[in-house]
Amino acid sequence: MALRALVGVKRVIDYAVKVRVKPDKTGVVTDGVKHSMNPFCEIAVEEAVRLKEKKIVSEIIAVSCGPQQCQETIRTALAMGADRGIHVEVAAKDAESLGPFQVSKIMAALAKKENVNLVLMGKQAIDDDCNQTGQMTAALLDWPQGTFASEVKVEGEKLTVVREVDGGLETISVKLPAVVTADLRLNEPRYATLPNIMKAKKKKIETVKPSDLGVDITSRIRVLSVEDPPQRLAGVKVETVQDLVSKLKESGRI
Amino acid sequence: MFSGQIHSEQVFPYPSVLNEDQSQFLSELVGPVSRFFEEVNDPALNDSLHRVEDKTLAGLKEMGAFGLQVPTELGGLGLNNTQYARLVEIVGMHDMGVGITLGAHQSIGFKGILLFGTAEQKAKYLPRLASGETIAAFCLTEPTSGSDAASIRTAARKSPCGKYYTLSGGKIWISNGGIADVFTVFAKTPVQDPATGETREKVTAFIVERVEGVTHGPPEKKMGIRASNTAAVFFDEVRVPAENVLGGEGNGFKVAMNILNNGRFGMAAALSGTMKGMIQRAVEHATSRTQFGSKLHQFGIIQEKLARMAVLQYVTESMAYMISANMDSGHKDFQIEAAISKIFGSEAAWSVTDECIQILGGTGFMTDGGVERVLRDLRIFRIFEGTNDILRLFVSLQGMQSAGKELKSLQKALSNPLGNSSLLLREGMKRVRRKAGLSSGLSLKGQVHPELEKSGELAVAALEDFGGTVEEVLVKYGKRIVDEQFVLQRVADCAIDLYAMIVVLSRASRSLSQGLPASAHEKILCDIWCSEVSYCPICPPQFPEPHPVTHGSLPPSQAQSRIHRNLQSLRSGGDGAALFRNLRSVSSALTENGGTVTQHPLGF
Repeated sequence: MALRALVGVKRVIDYAVKVRVKPDKTGVVTDGVKHSMNPFCEIAVEEAVRLKEKKIVSEIIAVSCGPQQCQETIRTALAMGADRGIHVEVAAKDAESLGPFQVSKIMAALAKKENVNLVLMGKQAIDDDCNQTGQMTAALLDWPQGTFASEVKVEGEKLTVVREVDGGLETISVKLPAVVTADLRLNEPRYATLPNIMKAKKKKIETVKPSDLGVDITSRIRVLSVEDPPQRLAGVKVETVQDLVSKLKESGRI
Repeated sequence: MFSGQIHSEQVFPYPSVLNEDQSQFLSELVGPVSRFFEEVNDPALNDSLHRVEDKTLAGLKEMGAFGLQVPTELGGLGLNNTQYARLVEIVGMHDMGVGITLGAHQSIGFKGILLFGTAEQKAKYLPRLASGETIAAFCLTEPTSGSDAASIRTAARKSPCGKYYTLSGGKIWISNGGIADVFTVFAKTPVQDPATGETREKVTAFIVERVEGVTHGPPEKKMGIRASNTAAVFFDEVRVPAENVLGGEGNGFKVAMNILNNGRFGMAAALSGTMKGMIQRAVEHATSRTQFGSKLHQFGIIQEKLARMAVLQYVTESMAYMISANMDSGHKDFQIEAAISKIFGSEAAWSVTDECIQILGGTGFMTDGGVERVLRDLRIFRIFEGTNDILRLFVSLQGMQSAGKELKSLQKALSNPLGNSSLLLREGMKRVRRKAGLSSGLSLKGQVHPELEKSGELAVAALEDFGGTVEEVLVKYGKRIVDEQFVLQRVADCAIDLYAMIVVLSRASRSLSQGLPASAHEKILCDIWCSEVSYCPICPPQFPEPHPVTHGSLPPSQAQSRIHRNLQSLRSGGDGAALFRNLRSVSSALTENGGTVTQHPLGF
């Protein structure tokens, strides 16, 4: 049985950009800053494309939630090999407060609507580092989950997922349909080639609103303040080991 | 320009030719190409291997980099010149050895097929060339024929049946010569003049496949661009089908010049990328290296270097995208501008890279620093595809030809003064005003942003002076001007500086009117350039001409001396303070930004 896969692709500030906090401390500066696909999402797309190349997956649908520019991220997924895209349009202002809870409800609704049997996502996004969306999606769908995957094998109705856990690897077997989140070592994503980017222009991106999916995106979380990590303070030079020890004692470190 | 005028529709406002779709598509391409060069390609490895490393080469082919401008229906990406320039800029920033491999293939190797090929020739060759399955090379240079391209000895005879040619000769220093399977070859053929019936030897271009009789020499050892293959290619009684003539029998010289003219803008774009990379490296070092208790960028002498590097990059980039836009909007007369951009870009990049090494000091000199390779790679850009010297002659002669034509029509008018009174009146007035030192009414007002008015005036003054002098030179030498290379070189240098002025005025004006975040920075870059190249840098710009020069008690000739100029800039009331302020501000913007500050002329 060929699977249908739904892949979440998040648009984040590019990993190479030095992130700056807005002066009013409500968030970080995003205007005019280079964005790209979350690296873990890239790994998820790559895995889906590889499964398609092995004829295990028949169709890959890439989803992104957020403002208009998310279509660029979807286009990247299409150029990598996804078949079509769904852009869940959320105005830039509202997208700021979009969290795992809201996105997982959207993903779950789409998984049902599109009748997929595999949801692939990155284990976390490099902007908010939440690491919750995959798990919540699985819970909402009441599907099994294979998180932090470093290897995925499909065997009939079952998935064998090797998970990267603290201190080693854990191999689990889950029944399809399932949610899988990709860890760093699952694969090395390919580069979108220029001819494929060109072909991707012809692939369809459907635009839907969260309300079309019956999802309320009101946030239950309020951001109080976003601040830069504290600057490292200048150290002190000490003359002797005795000085060092007494300084450390003074400051209560030992 | 050579007649002291500007055809402003080609330069003002700074053109943007990409429609939304083209721009969107291009912006999607920029990311993956940059990433490929950052993560996969290893320029140092390519340099040491003396070839492009296999995985990279395969990756580039898969990427589509071998057929950027081939129409999509023939397997390419169908990019226009502007889109091509943007991608080539990325290549130039990372690895010019790879750049030449790609450029020798598509910028000259098979460009002839794109420009002059018949539908059959295109369908037969382009798909495989676009995918990189076959690689192309451009074979013009011979042991006895370099800059003097018309003197080639390779010859082709038509068979009595007329179905094929037999081509023999040797070509040297052919980029991709050892790896190509399709060659654009230039050879002498006897061509009968239909009018006189006389038979003369003329150059014809051929598409030659690697068939029996085509051999090549070992890869040449070179100073730079080592990753690219350069070899001699020999043709020994090679049978070339008659349908492989490119652009018609006897039109080879035109074909060759057109191919080269069409490719030069790409070099300027690539070189502007190189400079961007070098500026980044220099800034990186200047902001991290501490000497005498301060970071290097806090020293004025480093600030001045960084600022001048940024100016040169800005000028080159502005030229490249101005020309590519002019080409894309269908202008046919871009040859002079393209030649200027190649000359300017290659010399600017040399000086920027040299200064980068200077800022990096020992690190710059070491191979592992990765910058000395760039300097080696760059050297060839002043030599190949028309040496800068030949191109200087081309710029001034080609430019003066059109100015000469205008003069001729004036002379004609003089012989029939009644029929051409208005032309005479206009020209007469212009000359009288010029003689009297008044402006001939040329103005860039309305085209140059008000904040750039002063620089605009400098450009107008220089332009008028230039036009007048060119006219004088033409009257003095007449046709003999062709042999006056001392004169021609200077005329070309002026033309280059002037074109650079106009281009940056145009671009900075657009940025100011669009209110781009870095437009104030662009204004400074533009002002620095315009005041530096204007012929009297020590006088406050006060026009109309002649400017009331007060060089103390010194006679003007002495006042122009370098020593005096430098001293004057230091005196109170000299222009030093303003210049230093500008240089410092450019430098600090660069260091804050970690590299060039200006927004790309295409916006991304």
